[in-house]
Amino acid sequence: MTPLRHLREFHRRNGAGLSLFLIGATGFWILFMIVLPQLFMADFSFRANVPPPKWGTPEHYYTLEHYRYMIYGGGGEGSFNVIDLRVFFKTIGAAMLVTLFDAALCYPIAWHLAQAARGGWARLMVLALVVPFWVNEILRAFAFHILFGASGVLNSALMAAGVLDEPYDFVRENIALYAGLGYAFILLMIFPIYNAMESLDKNQVEAARDLGASRWRIHRRVVMPHAKPGITSGCTMVFMLTAGALAAPQILGGPGSLWFTQIIYQAFNQAGNWARGSAYAIILLVSCIVLVLALMKAFKVRLGEIAR
Amino acid sequence: MTSEVALENVWIRFGDFVAARDINITIRAGEFFSFLGPSGCGKTTLLRAVSGFLEPSEGRVLIGGADMAGIGPNKRPTALIFQNLALFPLMSVWENITFALEVRGVGAARRRKRADELLELIALPGQGDKTVGELSGGQRQRVAIARALAAEPEVLLLDEPLSALDLKLRQRMRTELRDIQRRVGITFIYITHDQGEALTMSDNIAVMREGVIEQVGDGNTLYDRPNTAFVASFVGENNLFRGTVGAAERGAVTVETAAGALRARPATGAALAAGDDAFVFIRPESLRFDDAMEMENRIGAHIQRREFEGSFWQVFLDADGAEQPLKLSMVNDDAAAARRPGQRVTLGFAAELAVATRAGPLAAG
Ligand SMILES: Nc1ncnc2c1ncn2[C@@H]1O[C@H](COP(=O)(O)OP(=O)(O)OP(=O)(O)O)[C@@H](O)[C@H]1O
Ligand SMILES: [Mg+2]
Repeated sequence: MTPLRHLREFHRRNGAGLSLFLIGATGFWILFMIVLPQLFMADFSFRANVPPPKWGTPEHYYTLEHYRYMIYGGGGEGSFNVIDLRVFFKTIGAAMLVTLFDAALCYPIAWHLAQAARGGWARLMVLALVVPFWVNEILRAFAFHILFGASGVLNSALMAAGVLDEPYDFVRENIALYAGLGYAFILLMIFPIYNAMESLDKNQVEAARDLGASRWRIHRRVVMPHAKPGITSGCTMVFMLTAGALAAPQILGGPGSLWFTQIIYQAFNQAGNWARGSAYAIILLVSCIVLVLALMKAFKVRLGEIAR
Repeated sequence: MTSEVALENVWIRFGDFVAARDINITIRAGEFFSFLGPSGCGKTTLLRAVSGFLEPSEGRVLIGGADMAGIGPNKRPTALIFQNLALFPLMSVWENITFALEVRGVGAARRRKRADELLELIALPGQGDKTVGELSGGQRQRVAIARALAAEPEVLLLDEPLSALDLKLRQRMRTELRDIQRRVGITFIYITHDQGEALTMSDNIAVMREGVIEQVGDGNTLYDRPNTAFVASFVGENNLFRGTVGAAERGAVTVETAAGALRARPATGAALAAGDDAFVFIRPESLRFDDAMEMENRIGAHIQRREFEGSFWQVFLDADGAEQPLKLSMVNDDAAAARRPGQRVTLGFAAELAVATRAGPLAAG
């Protein structure tokens, strides 16, 4: 269908008044909540860092210095901004690992929900997955802190079991951080995969089994290809949100470690350098988008499939 | 290679519901065997017990003499063609066909070659690179057959594989299926609720009703010598007279019906005795007008209407004392053309062509 036909169909179904309202409201949302703020951010990132009274004056000239700073830092040419770059790449890498871990963890859960669990049991599982997320994000992060802390539940249990002699510092080693980040967006991984799997005809799984396929091959050749759009969609969301997370790194991050969002936050709030903050935020956003698109191309997923 | 399949005292229960009741049957190696029965009688359930997706609650399934208990569907020498085919839509036709070989680790080049051979067998040469979605219904049907055959099963199980096709295609596929079975020579177990399919293709047929096998035999036996009222009414057209056994001798019984006393051959195993409720069945083509006077059974009737079927006429009659109109079919000749609605006639039929069964459940419709 062409976009115009879509629009006409939409109009026919909702009537003139409702159509106008829906289109207007969505348009307003997209324009004022998403496009304009981002445009302002982008504009800021290319200008000199001056206090608000001087905005719009000649001193608020266009420059690439904030982007340059991200790479070369304050020193002369030839020296790199090692601190920020390292945090940036560590953030991207860790977000990818967290995403992979989530995908590996959620795939079997989603499979169980979609194909094996029935009636009451399935509803109970969904509740157990969803209810913890009624708790506020910050509280959840603190709960993880308590869980992984020096005198936390995990250390007490491991010491009581005789596995550890003295408390292990899960927070310093960032294990608490990765666990917290992994848990934070788990629903956004499970439900797209579950959705995709639910539409798979059970007979196809049985046919593969009947033809001799092992469990692993059934998944690799039949279930995974079918669920690929769901997996991609889940991975994209989890990766973007993990790379852009702030609460979990603030609360669970070890003393020596920074998440890239924390650097952005510092630029805005502590250094009062909105221009640099904007530039760093744009760098993060664009890098994530480029990375996701590149990976989608590598795995032969089209953007349209994700929205299915 | 081909194998015999035997079900011994097989019961299948879902909770309190009994889907198969004490099934005992032996299917000879290399034969085309059909399970025929109305929807919901437990055909698919029985097939799943043979393919290994379901373990019988009691009894044994033997394939080639080996007990299959605890052996999963991926380890049994069977291949199942599903009611909805269940082809893999994300694989090409040739990958679909050779999936079983891929599972066994056969290299791509050899698989490709085997796929081409099988595509030849199912009359779809050169179509291997298409996707499943690009095929017509009949072509998909044949790909499903090829995919199952590629696994080189000893027994091929088919669950109403033609039900999604239109009438013409269905008739053509019957011949093709039978043909393929002769060529590959393995045991086919075919499930259907369509008696035409079962009669045209099968060496032997088991007629099922509510989880019970009513009778096993070749098409001719089921048609000419039904053992139960259900088989008599389910297989082919039949005229029915309800009554009570008057006298029972060896080889013939007399049943008192509203249309008079009718003599018939007792069904095998019916053990009819005087006073039993019984049904008398007579096929439309065994009813006669012309030489009625020489026949043992005679009924007075009016011709209600007639339908022209080309090579024969279908005549509907109101018989004296009968609840439903009788059906009679006769060859299209001058004598038949002279029979008009409203005429008073005498019908006759030979006792040895009529079957008397114990009164019992009939096929719906
Ligand atoms: N897993 C199950 N749990 C409970 N009841 C079942 C189950 N599978 C089948 N049944 C019941 O067993 C009976 C036989 O079902 P089955 O699918 O074998 O019928 P069928 O003869 O193949 O019918 P059709 O021609 O409609 O395919 C039905 O009454 C069905 O409801
Ligand atoms: Mg069925």
